Amino acid sequence: MGKAKTKVKFNKNYLSYIIVFIVFVVVEVMSAAGLMTNQINGLLIPACVYIIAALSLNLVVGISGELSLGHAGFMCVGAFTSATFSKIVGDSMNSGLRFVIALIIGALVAAIFGILIGIPVLRLRGDYLAIVTLAFGEIIKNIMNIIYLGVDSKGIHLALTDPAKLQMEPDGKLIINGAQGISGTPKNSTFIIGILLILLTLFIILNLVHSRTGRAIMAIRDNRIAAESIGLDVTKYKLLAFSVSAALAGLAGALYAHNLTSLVAKKFDYNTSILILVFVVLGGIGNMWGAIIATLLLYMLPELLRGLNDYRMLIYAILLIGIMLFSSAPAAITLRERVKMIFRKEA
Amino acid sequence: MSFISYLISGISLGSVYAIIALGYTMVYGIAKMLNFAHGDVIMVGGYVTFIAVRSMGFSPLPAVVLSMAVCLVLGIVIEAVAYRPLRNAGSPLAVLITAIGVSYLLQNIALLAFGADTKSFTSVISIPKLKLADGQLTITGETMVTIAAGVIITLGLVAFINKTKTGQAMRAVSEDKGAAQLMGINVNRTISITFAIGSALAAIAGVLLCSAYPSLTPYTGAMPGIKAFVAAVFGGIGSIPGAFIGGIVLGIIEILGKAYISSEMADAICFAVLIVVLLVKPTGLFGKNIQEKV
Repeated sequence: MGKAKTKVKFNKNYLSYIIVFIVFVVVEVMSAAGLMTNQINGLLIPACVYIIAALSLNLVVGISGELSLGHAGFMCVGAFTSATFSKIVGDSMNSGLRFVIALIIGALVAAIFGILIGIPVLRLRGDYLAIVTLAFGEIIKNIMNIIYLGVDSKGIHLALTDPAKLQMEPDGKLIINGAQGISGTPKNSTFIIGILLILLTLFIILNLVHSRTGRAIMAIRDNRIAAESIGLDVTKYKLLAFSVSAALAGLAGALYAHNLTSLVAKKFDYNTSILILVFVVLGGIGNMWGAIIATLLLYMLPELLRGLNDYRMLIYAILLIGIMLFSSAPAAITLRERVKMIFRKEA
Repeated sequence: MSFISYLISGISLGSVYAIIALGYTMVYGIAKMLNFAHGDVIMVGGYVTFIAVRSMGFSPLPAVVLSMAVCLVLGIVIEAVAYRPLRNAGSPLAVLITAIGVSYLLQNIALLAFGADTKSFTSVISIPKLKLADGQLTITGETMVTIAAGVIITLGLVAFINKTKTGQAMRAVSEDKGAAQLMGINVNRTISITFAIGSALAAIAGVLLCSAYPSLTPYTGAMPGIKAFVAAVFGGIGSIPGAFIGGIVLGIIEILGKAYISSEMADAICFAVLIVVLLVKPTGLFGKNIQEKV
């Protein structure tokens, strides 16, 4: 029995990696065969970004059991810090090395934000936690909207609300331009880097989940009081999951920032957080390979089927309601059990 | 003088928040769920009034009554279809995610039905401006009606909850669903009534909000809805006077923040208030502390 069980778990673990590999091969074969249109090519890197974001949100929602509605805020932090770094360094560094450092900076700063926000937020539970994460996400977006940052011969200048307050030398250049954000970020993101980052994300999350720490996090999710009574430090484990998730979201943001020439904070609003949540819910909360497939389906399909684009958000909304009703309503669960019983009897 | 006029418009905006927050707080108190779609019911109320006045030639008052009726039915339907099946679900996340889905559904139906363009809402209130202090201070008719509506609705609800049989049933259900059922209270119907009242109030809030800030889009309700939740938390969730006071205070904070700090940061300031309240006094001003038992 015990042996069979570990075997099943192993397969599921590898399934996520295998799916990523299959996607990679399919895309490479298609582009070698010349089947890729510009439109599909343009979707590849954003799809990687959303997959990483969905995986990292799944760590908080599925494994830690807390609904975070401010995930886009961490992406925003990662995107802006990494793009700022790349712009300041400019051509004085090898572009590959610069991009790697930018990704690390994006993830690190997002992790720091995750810890800072997590400490107060994780004292709360359920609905309150959800609304406060939403609040933090909006605050981050609002602040990024009014930040101006410039560089000149004297160093870095930072100002809020008004670019004139920067008081830069004439040789200075503006890097973050308030609501207009950052433009001219080097386009370092490629599909292969995206795939590698997805694999890295999966590696981190799956190893965390199957470690002692991961089991502690899930124990806290399933019964907080029981977990506390056997001596698990609830705050520590929750904070760990939250900040790892934030770091990975920051990574996704950094990948996103280096794919577009212009980056604005408005993109990382509440709607983006919800969009990522839809991917997680459709893939099955806590299910990593499900999140990958759901993101691919929901992100690529409406873009490819042009006619559906208007109804895209409507479809998301209906899916969200339908899936929750089907998967969580006690009546639906009994119904599913009954259907299963019928099939079992016939077999 | 400008401070006083900011204060008055703060109280006016706060009254709208208060009316929305009343719906939130009642639903949260009784169904123990955060009805994310509440803000979007406001938007529906706004659109119904807009269409009734513009296209169907209703005069303002019947239009408001019509929009209350539509939202009332909408509230009952949403509760019955989306929330009731999940009431005893294992994970508390289920109903919250569903509520987000309903909120999105309403927004996108409105988007497809009415388009993304901003409709300029004509105020339904035709009371003339009041000029005070030699014309230095003007109070619009909308402001007066909004504040009056906020006060009247709050007093009415307090009376309803404390004096009527249905109100008593609501309090009983919010204390203990199981025990209430044993006492012969129809829990499902009580929760439906709560949603109906909350949604009808949202319609009023929608009309008042659109009269004061006359632009209507499918996303009109989302932000005020979230802010009203902040107000409800501020006042202590489940408490009706708390929702009213929380709404007023939040409205004043928002307008003063807009005027004296930064207009772009007004939303961030409101959310910062929420965070501070939840960290310092999570039960809010008038909330009850509920201890979790094993």
